[in-house]
Parts: sequence; structure tokens; C-alpha cells
Amino acid sequence: MQPFLKVEKLVKSYERKNVAGTREKLFALDGVSFAVAQGTTLAVVGESGSGKTTLGFCISCLEIPTSGNIWFEGRDIVALAEAERRQVRPRIQLIFQDPSNSLNPRWSVQEILLEPLTLQGNLEREETKQRAATLMAQVGLSSDMFQRLPAQLSGGQRQRLAIARALALEPKLLILDEALSALDCSVQAQIANLLMELQRTLGMTYLFITHDLAMAAHLADEIAVMNRGRVVEQGPARDIMRHPNEEITQHLLAAMPSLDSAARPPLES
Amino acid sequence: MVPILEVQDLRVSYSSSGGAAYPALAGVSFQLMPNEILGVLGESGSGKSTLAISLPKLLPSNGNISKGSVFFEGKDLLRASAGELEQIRGKRLSLVYQEPSVALHPAIRAGEQVFQVLAAHESAGKSSLRKKTRQVLASLFPEEADRISNSYPHQLSGGQRQRVLIAQAIACGPSLLIADEPTASLDPTTQREILGVFHTLRDELGLAMIFITHNPALLAGFADRILVLYGGRVAELGPARTVLSSPKHPYTRALFQSMPQIFEDNSNGRKTKLPVIAGDFSAALVPREGCVFEPRCPERMEECRQREPTLVNLSESDTVSCFKYGG
Repeated sequence: MQPFLKVEKLVKSYERKNVAGTREKLFALDGVSFAVAQGTTLAVVGESGSGKTTLGFCISCLEIPTSGNIWFEGRDIVALAEAERRQVRPRIQLIFQDPSNSLNPRWSVQEILLEPLTLQGNLEREETKQRAATLMAQVGLSSDMFQRLPAQLSGGQRQRLAIARALALEPKLLILDEALSALDCSVQAQIANLLMELQRTLGMTYLFITHDLAMAAHLADEIAVMNRGRVVEQGPARDIMRHPNEEITQHLLAAMPSLDSAARPPLES
Repeated sequence: MVPILEVQDLRVSYSSSGGAAYPALAGVSFQLMPNEILGVLGESGSGKSTLAISLPKLLPSNGNISKGSVFFEGKDLLRASAGELEQIRGKRLSLVYQEPSVALHPAIRAGEQVFQVLAAHESAGKSSLRKKTRQVLASLFPEEADRISNSYPHQLSGGQRQRVLIAQAIACGPSLLIADEPTASLDPTTQREILGVFHTLRDELGLAMIFITHNPALLAGFADRILVLYGGRVAELGPARTVLSSPKHPYTRALFQSMPQIFEDNSNGRKTKLPVIAGDFSAALVPREGCVFEPRCPERMEECRQREPTLVNLSESDTVSCFKYGG
């Protein structure tokens, strides 16, 4: 059986002019392969510039890969015609790091939530409102916030709203690109719990892109470590954390902030 | 030893367009010794950024310092004239901001931006300032100072940009650095690198530092003391080791518990939920009477609703503001 999501030899290159004015190719993704089972979480970790975000963009159809395949629910979404891809897109949703930049500041909570539903146009007006209220409840927001603007919400509430908007079209795969990183620790814990709850009740699959290894280990079933556009190591979260094989993974683990300063090497001068 | 900075009962509020005043700091006091790194820990709305900008009196026009004093090298900054403040800011006391891509001018080369700071404060000739610019950059980029100096900010990585900001901040040889979330936009490897840079600067230049963050884990092995801010008040203040390993205030305790453990045991298959602090901080929920953390406190008592706890000295170096310890 084809796994739920399978990425094969994915390559994404960008062209740019170097200092001398000649064109050179930059490989953001340089042959990435992995698979994710339905209802599980794969964390993708790596340093800035390792290709994590480009990977998320390719899977959510925001970027067209240079080569390679992305199998999602049995179809290769890279090979699909635009019209067919449109049908796949609602099933894969992306949540960004900073909800204050990814929510329209002039729209009310209700308008933000209704937009995807209206655009897809499958529901009657009354049903749409009903659905919006259900979504609010699902992410733990109260319906009397409908008329507020994003600026009138706290950081945690804004990220809950971004999650509700992503859930509106009943996606099967959520790509969380540093979705917790901009939040306070206490709020991170609340949103992490919410994500786990939604996974349990809706059978959601997550691709959790982050540089926070501790949160990756907490949320994910498996961890994939990226370096220079490649997945260098992938395995059960526990194994990767306890027995990292690759140098880059050991390096990431050593740099991981921890309350216990004795657990890591002293700061280098 | 004489403290380099002494903040007493600092009270700051912001006024809205309707005229209502929102308190951001409600009586914050602490001291900072030369060569000391004080970590200020707080979440959104705790007043940590207000603290960073009110010490050098850089509040926006709707910010109002209603009370308190900030003695820096013997002078009360809150009562200093504009001319005196200009002599101090950027020279004796510097700020390092969170977002290096915003804090640097996008169309001016990095070296020139460091030079401008020196030119604003020192009267020496151009060539000697150029030489000094080179020295400052070389201390942060031992191997590639010239290349960095000739680069525009967009040609640099996040960590390099942050080093340029630090170069600006230390160019004139200040005695105090205030850094507001200086590593928040960097990945953990670069974060550690920058923390290492701050340690070196402290050791070599004898800098004192206020390091503001929402991430307690960054302070472990880095800060000497930690001040925990909640709702514009000092929740607790003590040596970093003590605060991180045995936090006293219920807020600090709950905050640390909400962080995922690195080697948590999920061997029995299913993942566990993280313990959370109920609700989130909002100025609208701050009670008029009683402890500011009471509505979210897992250990609240009857007393907490009636009046505000005062700071209790647990030892010579530890203080906490909670009725559980007498308050």
C-alpha cells in the first residue's frame, strides 16, 4: 500500500546571480525522500537554511519542485494538472510561525474564518456560520470573539485562530512551519496540547517543521534531520534523541537550550 | 562593591487614545553589579520590553514614567536632561534589539553603520574612527572583518547581522548592555554562538548586561541572576542556579513544568499532554486587588484575592513575591 504521504528524491533549485554576475544554481532541496503514515507526526528539524521551509512549501503546492515526486493519498501531486491540484490543495494546509503576519489585520475573526468556506462555496450561508462556530469551539476560542480584530487577540488566541482557519476545509495534512516558535513557553504548551487533541479526534497528520528539538521530540512519532537540502537521518523520535548517528544531529542536540545547564557543554568564547 | 545600576520602584504606564492609562510596570526594583549578567524572564505583557526601553528613557510618546528612579553610574537617568541622556545612550549604555534585519539600515554597508555610532559620540578624526571601526569589527569577526564591513545587511546571515548590532552596541565601550530578545529569531546553534559572544564581551570588557527573554532555557549556564517579571511586577529574583533548579514562585514553577522534557519517557506509546498554566496573561484580567497572578495560579489561597503580596527575602540573594512565603 502507498503510504499517506511519500516524498521521493525531491529537488528544488533556485537560480541566482553570484558576485561575478554569472548564474549559479542553489539547491534548497537536494534529493529529499521520506514517508509519513496517516495520523502520525513527522518532525523535520535542522538549522536555518537547511531547506525545511522550502520542503513545506513544495508539499503544500506553494512551490513547484524542480524534480521528484510527492505522493499524497495515492496521487503524485507534482504531476497533477493545475485543475486537479486545486482539489488537493484544501486537503493540505500550512500554518506559519507568526500569526500576526498571516492573518489579515483589518478582517474580523469571523471574516477570517469564513473566507476559505465561502471560496470553496460548498455550504449554504447558515451552514457556513454553523461551521465557523464549530471550528472556534474545536480550537478553544469562544464565539463571542467573532467580531474582534486579530490585534485584539493574544498571541496564543491568534495562533488558535490560524489553526481554526486551516481546519475549515477539513484537511488531512497540516504543515506546521515553526508554528510554536513565536509563542511564549506557557502558550506553546497550550497549543501543543491542542494539536495533540486535534490529532486524536480528527486523525490529522502533521509535518512539524521546527528548530526546537525538545518540542519535536515531545510531539513527533518520527524525526527527520535535514542538512543542506538533504534528510541525513530519520527515525523514531526517541532513537534520534538518544542515539543520534549523524554529526549534525549531535551538533543540534548539543546546542539545544535546556533548563539544566549541567546537561550541555559550557558556552564557547 | 557599588552597583552600576540601581532601579527603584519603577512605574510606567501607557495611555490609550481614549485617555485610559494601562500600567506596564508597577513598581520594579533591582540592582546590577559591574560584570554581572541579569536575565529578565517574562512572557508577552509582562513588561519586559517596557523595562528595556524605559531604563534609557526611550519610551514612545504615550508612555509615561510615573514614579521611580534609575541610577546608572551614579546619575538618575529619569531626571537627566536630554543632552545628558544623549551622552549616555549608545556610549555608556547600549541597546541590542531582537530583529537584526529591522534594526540595521538595509542600504548602508555594515562597517559604515558601526562607524556612524562612533562618529556620533567621539570627536577623534575620521581616520582614527575608521581604525577603531575595524578593531571593533575584528573583535566580533576575527577572520573576515573586512568582508563583513563591506557587506550590506541582506548579504549577511542572521547570526552575522546580530554580531554587527553587537559591534554597534560595544563600539564606544559602554559599561552596560541591554539586550531585548537578541537571539529570538536565530536557530539554536547560532543562539549559542551569540550567547558565547556575550560571555566573551563580559569577560574581556567587563560589561554588565540585562538580557531579556521569554525562554528560560537560554538563561541556564549564561545568566548570573534571574529576575522573573509577571504583570509588570517582580515575581522572583535570585541566583540563576537557584531560580532554574528550585523556582519559588508558583508562576515560575508552572512555567518550567510546561516545557517539554528533553528525554521524556514516552515508552508506553502514547504521548502525554504538557501541564499548562490556565488562560493567558491579559491586562484586562488583572485584578484590581490582590496578587496579579491569582486568576491563573494553581496554588491560590483566600488571602491572594484580598491584597497584593510584598517581596519577601528568603535569603541574602533570593526574593519572592508570594503569600506562601509570608508575603
